[in-house]
Amino acid sequence: MKKNLLRHYSIVLVIILPTLLLLQPGHSPAETAEDKGLALAIEADKRNSGYGDSTADMLMILRNKHGQESRRNMRYRTLEAENDGDMSLTIFDSPKDVKGTAFLNYTHKLGDDDQWLYLPALKRVKRISSSNKSGSFMGSEFAYEDIASQEIEKYTYKWLRDETYENRDCFVTERYPVDKKNSGYSRQVVWLDRDEYRIWKVEYYDRKNAHLKTLTISGYQQYNEKFWRPDLMFMVNHQTGKNTELQFSNYRFRVGLGPDDFNKNSLKRAK
Amino acid sequence: MKYTLHLIFLIVSFLPWTTFVQAHEMNGHVSVEARLFANAPLYPDQERNNGSIALAPEYYHEWENGSSFTFVPFLRLDSADSERTHFDIRELNFLLLGDPWELRIGIAKVFWGVTEFVHLIDIINQTDLVEDLRGEDKLGQPMVHLSAPTDWGVLDFFVLPFFRERTFPGPDGRLRTPVAVDTGNPVYESSAEENHVDFALRYSQVFGFGDIGFYYFKGTGRDPLFIPSLNTGGQPVLLPFYRLIDQAGIDLQLVAGSWLWKLEALYQDNESENFYAATGGFEYTFIGVGDSTMDLGLIAEFAYDDRDDEAATSFENDLLLGLRLGVNDTAGTELLTGLSYDLDSRGNVLRIETSRRITDSLKLFLEGWAFFNVEPDDTSLYSIRDDDFIRLQLFYYF
Repeated sequence: MKKNLLRHYSIVLVIILPTLLLLQPGHSPAETAEDKGLALAIEADKRNSGYGDSTADMLMILRNKHGQESRRNMRYRTLEAENDGDMSLTIFDSPKDVKGTAFLNYTHKLGDDDQWLYLPALKRVKRISSSNKSGSFMGSEFAYEDIASQEIEKYTYKWLRDETYENRDCFVTERYPVDKKNSGYSRQVVWLDRDEYRIWKVEYYDRKNAHLKTLTISGYQQYNEKFWRPDLMFMVNHQTGKNTELQFSNYRFRVGLGPDDFNKNSLKRAK
Repeated sequence: MKYTLHLIFLIVSFLPWTTFVQAHEMNGHVSVEARLFANAPLYPDQERNNGSIALAPEYYHEWENGSSFTFVPFLRLDSADSERTHFDIRELNFLLLGDPWELRIGIAKVFWGVTEFVHLIDIINQTDLVEDLRGEDKLGQPMVHLSAPTDWGVLDFFVLPFFRERTFPGPDGRLRTPVAVDTGNPVYESSAEENHVDFALRYSQVFGFGDIGFYYFKGTGRDPLFIPSLNTGGQPVLLPFYRLIDQAGIDLQLVAGSWLWKLEALYQDNESENFYAATGGFEYTFIGVGDSTMDLGLIAEFAYDDRDDEAATSFENDLLLGLRLGVNDTAGTELLTGLSYDLDSRGNVLRIETSRRITDSLKLFLEGWAFFNVEPDDTSLYSIRDDDFIRLQLFYYF
């Protein structure tokens, strides 16, 4: 009851009050929808900060519109960086022809990420063109920008509404890529739950503003009494009828990874 | 060589085999290949086409502290060329992982370089030329390699106690010199011959805008000269002559949006000459061409060697243009085409490579090579001017 009252109060505060203020010329609104959208992103980021480093196993199942499946196994390592985006290393275990291939990414809050790919047959580390954001990750329905570390600075935000999504009270916000030139999207609509600020659904709209993909996330579990991680991410491409399932397992936190585990040497010895 | 092997086995046998991350992992591939040539051979001993089979298993073991042991033998059996039928130990090494340094002892492979078409500065491993014209297949090199990351870049030290001789096609094989190379009787400048101990030192650093590396190599050069001679049967042969060299190299790669700019350059000093050589250019990538999921890369590179026509390389003043297509489908379909144009002798080489996964463990590779406008004074291409071929390979991964 108290919670409901509180919510009513916040609705008044968040919608009605700014609207009233907006209608009155000469008064600046206390909090715009953009401010609120940004505040929600900051809070979500804050709740996930301090994880240090983590590892997980990933199984990616690619399905075409006929339901034919193709599987990829990967291992994922990530390190939280203090003043910049996170570092990550993805090692491919299957299909077997790409076994040992590894992908190193330095996310940056501003500007392009730094990316390298290790090709084990040639023992060669290749720098990758960093503007490849919209490109498909391993032939899947996930683009590089979808799986990259979601830094606050990569988008601008706008809170749209609050609504119940799958029995959870959610904020619905819209976010717009800052790098409009290289992103494949005009906007994304994100469902965040009010309790824990976890993302449950993202709708992706292409550059022509047509609904391209929908990501649903499920099976959240809490680790180290703080960090929520999903077991499943499911991406459907509405324009091609293809989908990709990304299953996570064996999450481990604070395993003792450091910057030396995310350089070209570690990329080369990743197996 | 023998000592290195002994050392590895000694170390490995004394290691605790109890704790592990990836224990006794076995992978690898076996492949069947057909090379079909468009024209009849130029030289009497040569067989027209060839079929072959290759096996490359990989054994890998990793301990909990990150140290590991790798063993990769390689065997090819070829229907036409007895020199192409060969065995090599690609890798047999032990990696000791310190914090943050790492030490690799044994037979291993190291690649340096950034450009697409000419692998100019790559020097640690010898080219396994019978495998492939691109020079990307390498023979295993015995080494002690210490890699030490520091705050201001990575330092790599190499001691290379044994020299590997380049492989060359035999009299029966195609894609060879007019007179076959006699790999059984190499000539060395060093009196220690293949036991001369080579050294290399490399510094490399990563920046947000690019990667840079410098190295210095002192030892027996990997590119041989050829001495016309007669073999014991009185037949004319070419003897490979390996000189002692001092070589400094640089590789640089800059990234700017969809642009990658690349440069490799070297300076070599040997008993008879000193020279510069360089290769560089750019790759520009279009992501999602024509609203598809395909990526298209445009590559333009230039290769220069100030030795002109005496260059041991076939690239002395060449323009190299390429197209790379990444389909981004589940089959991992890729296509790379390259056209080299010799600005002096006007000879062209066109190559097309494509690959596609058929199942999770089967992959098809198809490549085609064509040589045109080759003049008699183009020493590197003239003897292979009629060797246009397609190569079909089917890989099974286990």
